[in-house]
Amino acid sequence: MAGTASRLHRAEHRWALAFVAAPVIGYLLFTLYPVCFAIYASLTNWNGLGVMRFVGLDNYVRLLSDANFLESVYNTFFYMIGIPIGLAVSLALAVAMNRKIVGLTAFRTIYYVPVISSLAAIAILWQWAYNGDFGLVNQALALVGIDGPNWLASTFWAKPAIILMAIWKGLGYSMILYLAAIQSVPRSLHEAAQLDGANGWQRFRTITLPLVRPVTFFLVVTNVIGGAQIFTEINIMTPTGGPEYSTASAVWHIWRQAFRYQQMGYATAMAIVLGLLILIITLIQFSLNRRNSFVID
Amino acid sequence: MSLTTAPSRDPQNRNTLGFTTPSRKAPGRGPMSRTTSTRIGDWLVFALLSAGAIVMVAPLAWMVSTSLKTKTEVFALPPVWIPEVPQWDTYVRMWQDSSILTGFQNSFIVAATVTVLGTITCSMAAFAIAKMRLPFSNVIFIGLLTGIMIPYPTLMIPQFVMFSRIGWVDTLLPLIVPAIFGNILVIFFLRQYLENVPNSIIEAAKIDGANYWQIFWRLIFPIIRPAVAAQFILWFMAIWNDYLAPILYLNTPGRQTLQVVIANMNVQYATQRDYPLIMGASFIALLPILAIFLIFQRQIIESVALTGTKG
Repeated sequence: MAGTASRLHRAEHRWALAFVAAPVIGYLLFTLYPVCFAIYASLTNWNGLGVMRFVGLDNYVRLLSDANFLESVYNTFFYMIGIPIGLAVSLALAVAMNRKIVGLTAFRTIYYVPVISSLAAIAILWQWAYNGDFGLVNQALALVGIDGPNWLASTFWAKPAIILMAIWKGLGYSMILYLAAIQSVPRSLHEAAQLDGANGWQRFRTITLPLVRPVTFFLVVTNVIGGAQIFTEINIMTPTGGPEYSTASAVWHIWRQAFRYQQMGYATAMAIVLGLLILIITLIQFSLNRRNSFVID
Repeated sequence: MSLTTAPSRDPQNRNTLGFTTPSRKAPGRGPMSRTTSTRIGDWLVFALLSAGAIVMVAPLAWMVSTSLKTKTEVFALPPVWIPEVPQWDTYVRMWQDSSILTGFQNSFIVAATVTVLGTITCSMAAFAIAKMRLPFSNVIFIGLLTGIMIPYPTLMIPQFVMFSRIGWVDTLLPLIVPAIFGNILVIFFLRQYLENVPNSIIEAAKIDGANYWQIFWRLIFPIIRPAVAAQFILWFMAIWNDYLAPILYLNTPGRQTLQVVIANMNVQYATQRDYPLIMGASFIALLPILAIFLIFQRQIIESVALTGTKG
């Protein structure tokens, strides 16, 4: 009897392994092997084709004093200013949409269209919309008497311009997640608070905000991970990295070093540093989140 | 923050009028002004949402309008908002000497192959992880989990070198092959969905003599089909819109995906100041996904909300 059971289990084991084989093989071939290769390549001087000359930690030392790399990392963090702004606006939108008003479905659809739209097409559109003389943004500003700058050619305005576009594109996504969370809050909670004399702002702060906290955490984590990898907008809207490298992002800089200048070893070292930065920031966020949850409990 | 203060006024009124201090106003007017203030709040919110909606739509509308302008209208000051005679010709000539058509084909080949084969591998893996006795399950689980933590830019250079050594550069294979082995996020999502499927139906199928492939294909896959469909659409859209990996691998115009084609057109035609063509091509590039979204918007929005709240 025990023999049959274990034979059945063994058969099940074989089937189960066969079922997970594809992702496991994919993981070994396309993630684990490239990571190991990247770690080795980052310790070499290599153009991608010729011999890999081992140089130890030289690449890592070099990137610490590479002004362009540091600038691109700074820019990448700068773009993240848009994350809290976007979250605040989309939470406000979600609260607004939690009412019974006409055209809710239409609003939801309209706000979501930029999210599903191809980033390349959107970046092309906004590059033209930011044109100093003939772009939509300045023409719209001119209607209210503001003389707008030549956005993408200005060291001061190029980054805010890209942030603005990213907020516009991402608003609908965060809004949908917030709306789903807000609608899962039982009405009785709000009614009870109302009876206790809490006004709208107090109810927002004490009921809505804590209950959407998991969504905020999810959005912050995913937005930071995604924001750290910003590339498409940069490459399309500012193909040279912007005035004085003011829009170049980390991934854009890595891509250019690797695929324009064939500095594969050096670029790999930068890519590893970027990956580690993302990992560390994500871990910090998780630990902060856990600690804060304990305080609330 | 004006959005949050607008709705806040109404419940406060409701409270003071209805319960705490009824003496301040005639009691009979309580319910009346409650609905009035709610209605005013609703209109305020409606106005704000409408203003926001205009901001969301304006760039896209302007994109379409620009594509129908003449070159002179594009550079006219004061600006021409609506072209006098729509230049439909833009949408005819864009197909002539560009790679838009092959771009569509290539994007479709990549997105369809990856999503069809990929959802099958993902469903099978999710079934094994959620419902079967899997040896080394912890190692496999943690291994796959670390896979999510490694961003694509870190992997792109070694992957590129790997594929260039086997001569896959300038083909669609580097975009297809790694992806059909499965997407870890999709696997985790399906696994979570499978947690709600009772084990008893699987046991019953086993007693009936079904093997695991039959259980998967005839029993499990139909059950998880709604979740698979949602992930399928989201995945298809993500691959259709991908840009970084395609520009690494695809050099020859006829072999590029649509996003690379329009990005190259943007560079090429900007020097000729042919903005109607650029805007028209970009609009065409986002039409298929826009159509899919408008058809399946309820399912898409629901599954996005689900992914976010469960994640």
